[in-house]
Amino acid sequence: MAQVSLQNIRKVYPNGYEAVVPTSFDIKDGEFVVLVGPSGCGKSTLLRMVAGLEDISEGVLSIGDRNVNHVDPADRDIAMVFQNYALYPHMTVRKNIGYGLKNRKIAASEIEAKVQVAAKMLNLTDFLERKPSQLSGGQRQRVAMGRAVVRDPALFLFDEPLSNLDAKLRHQMRIEIKALQRRLGVTSIYVTHDQVEAMTMADRIIVLNAGRIEQIGTPAEIYHRPASTFVASFMGAPPMNLLKADCSEKRVILKGNVAVTANAADGPIVLGIRPEDIEVGEACDIPFTVDIVEELGAHRLLHGQLDGQDLTIHVGKDVAVSAGPIRISINPDAVVLFDAETGLAL
Amino acid sequence: MTDTTQLAIVKRPLRWGRVLDHLVLILGALFMLIPLLMVLQTTTTTDLETIKNGPELVIGDQFDDNFMSAMFQASGFSGENTGIQMLINSLILGIGFALGKIAIGMMAAYALVYFRLRFATFAFWLIFTTLLLPLEVRILPSYEIAQKLGLLNTYTGLIVPLIASATATFFFRQFFRSVPEELVEAARIDGAGPVKFFIDILVPLSQTMIAAMFIIMFVFGWNQYLWPTMVTTEEGMYTLVRGIKQLTQDLEGTNIPKYGRANMLALIAILPPVLVVIFFQSWFVKGLTESDK
Ligand SMILES: Nc1ncnc2c1ncn2[C@@H]1O[C@H](COP(=O)(O)OP(=O)(O)OP(=O)(O)O)[C@@H](O)[C@H]1O
Ligand SMILES: [Mg+2]
Repeated sequence: MAQVSLQNIRKVYPNGYEAVVPTSFDIKDGEFVVLVGPSGCGKSTLLRMVAGLEDISEGVLSIGDRNVNHVDPADRDIAMVFQNYALYPHMTVRKNIGYGLKNRKIAASEIEAKVQVAAKMLNLTDFLERKPSQLSGGQRQRVAMGRAVVRDPALFLFDEPLSNLDAKLRHQMRIEIKALQRRLGVTSIYVTHDQVEAMTMADRIIVLNAGRIEQIGTPAEIYHRPASTFVASFMGAPPMNLLKADCSEKRVILKGNVAVTANAADGPIVLGIRPEDIEVGEACDIPFTVDIVEELGAHRLLHGQLDGQDLTIHVGKDVAVSAGPIRISINPDAVVLFDAETGLAL
Repeated sequence: MTDTTQLAIVKRPLRWGRVLDHLVLILGALFMLIPLLMVLQTTTTTDLETIKNGPELVIGDQFDDNFMSAMFQASGFSGENTGIQMLINSLILGIGFALGKIAIGMMAAYALVYFRLRFATFAFWLIFTTLLLPLEVRILPSYEIAQKLGLLNTYTGLIVPLIASATATFFFRQFFRSVPEELVEAARIDGAGPVKFFIDILVPLSQTMIAAMFIIMFVFGWNQYLWPTMVTTEEGMYTLVRGIKQLTQDLEGTNIPKYGRANMLALIAILPPVLVVIFFQSWFVKGLTESDK
């Protein structure tokens, strides 16, 4: 078990590309941190630097109280789960799980005991004699987990471990991984580009964009108080509505109506509102025309345009609406305002 | 149910195209088989009969006599080049060549693919150009080197100069490059150093590739004629392929040529490559087509 600290970690690839700008954050002991961001934003690069698979160009990395900048991956007391499982195809499940221990010169009887415990924990006991090619995707991912668990590491690293599974299995494995991590209390860094995974699994989320941190926070903070328009539009499905509006005399005007009061300078401003924070009803003040209704069973999504800008509204299954004119109102407490130029929250 | 049984009974109309296909195949098969059958026939009769009547349809009773003389009777002056000795020499050459080539090819490819060498690509192309310089082209300098190192009439001299070419390195390099990067990284985290990774992961993964290489290289080494002829002058070091030549040299003299013995040796010489191919065949196909990673 260990805390992890990154201080001004930077990565410049040999071809001169700066994949990670100097980045600092700390991870508490036992915390589950999710790194999320669009493809190519440097998530894997950051994780692989922590793992020791990629050199750190600048900065200081410590795991526990030890500076591990120049420590070999095998000696960092970490375990990593890869996207494509990376199981040894010629070894049985038992050997796959035990291989790391064998390399540490642990006695065969002890390895066997540890493999049994890990296999039991992951429901793999019946498959110990099989080769990876004889397993389903979910089982393979469990073997990869077993290989990580059996080493009893200070830190788990996951690089998009669920992206090769179908939606249903992904959901199930998500819960299993989270439960396992809770039970073992091992500090974890989990990379994904799936914001649902990030929201559901994380103690804290780190949103990355183009090699820099956009925001660090709990899932609720990230969701309700996004630090920038990037985070607002990246997190949440459907994402937060971002509407261009004007601010004059501390009031934000949207389609002729005062939507919310703001402590901002006059001029253009971006108003962010989650689809579920918009109310629909006869008594509401803003007229809106629904173009498309998406029926999702538990709820509905209404799509349309307000002032020439796309707007999505989330309504419960009890609210009967069809395409056509309706009236809406915006919950002022849920509004987040952004600077129109920098995109940063005000 | 009734439909399918009916269908099965309906005769397919005879199509001349198919007949032609089979005709071509049968002719081709005969073309390959008849010389072999002729060789087989001559091993069953006496040399006198063969020289009088040529190949016949009857099968004689001399098979075991010819076999015994081919295997155990020396054909030279020293009495050392019996069939069995030549067979052993050929096996040593074939197996030694194949194993040596695989070992060196794998290790060279390993270094080229997995280690950050300064001029890895350049080194690879340098090795690759040896494909343009097979032993036949550089045979005189090779001979001189072998001679100066005192390697004439040794197994080392027979095998090592043949190994020096890039084929195996090339194939293994392609294969290693297709091994997923994640596997290498997983092994690194599992604490497998370079040697462990090679032995525990890479060699087992390359099994089918090794088998395929073994067939190709064994047959190639087994069939060598020119180089063994040059480096071996002692009869005890002769390989089968060049030993047969010596038996048939009697054709040019006044003796009755030893057809039975020579052809028997030819048959024996065909056998090991055929067996190797049959034995490794399924692996061979797997190694060339399947990517079990
Ligand atoms: N070896 C390399 N040399 C140069 N640039 C690289 C190298 N590896 C990655 N990059 C670049 O660094 C950036 C970050 O890559 P990285 O693999 O960390 O992205 P990622 O966030 O994991 O994306 P994904 O979600 O697609 O996996 C990308 O723009 C990529 O092109
Ligand atoms: Mg990645």
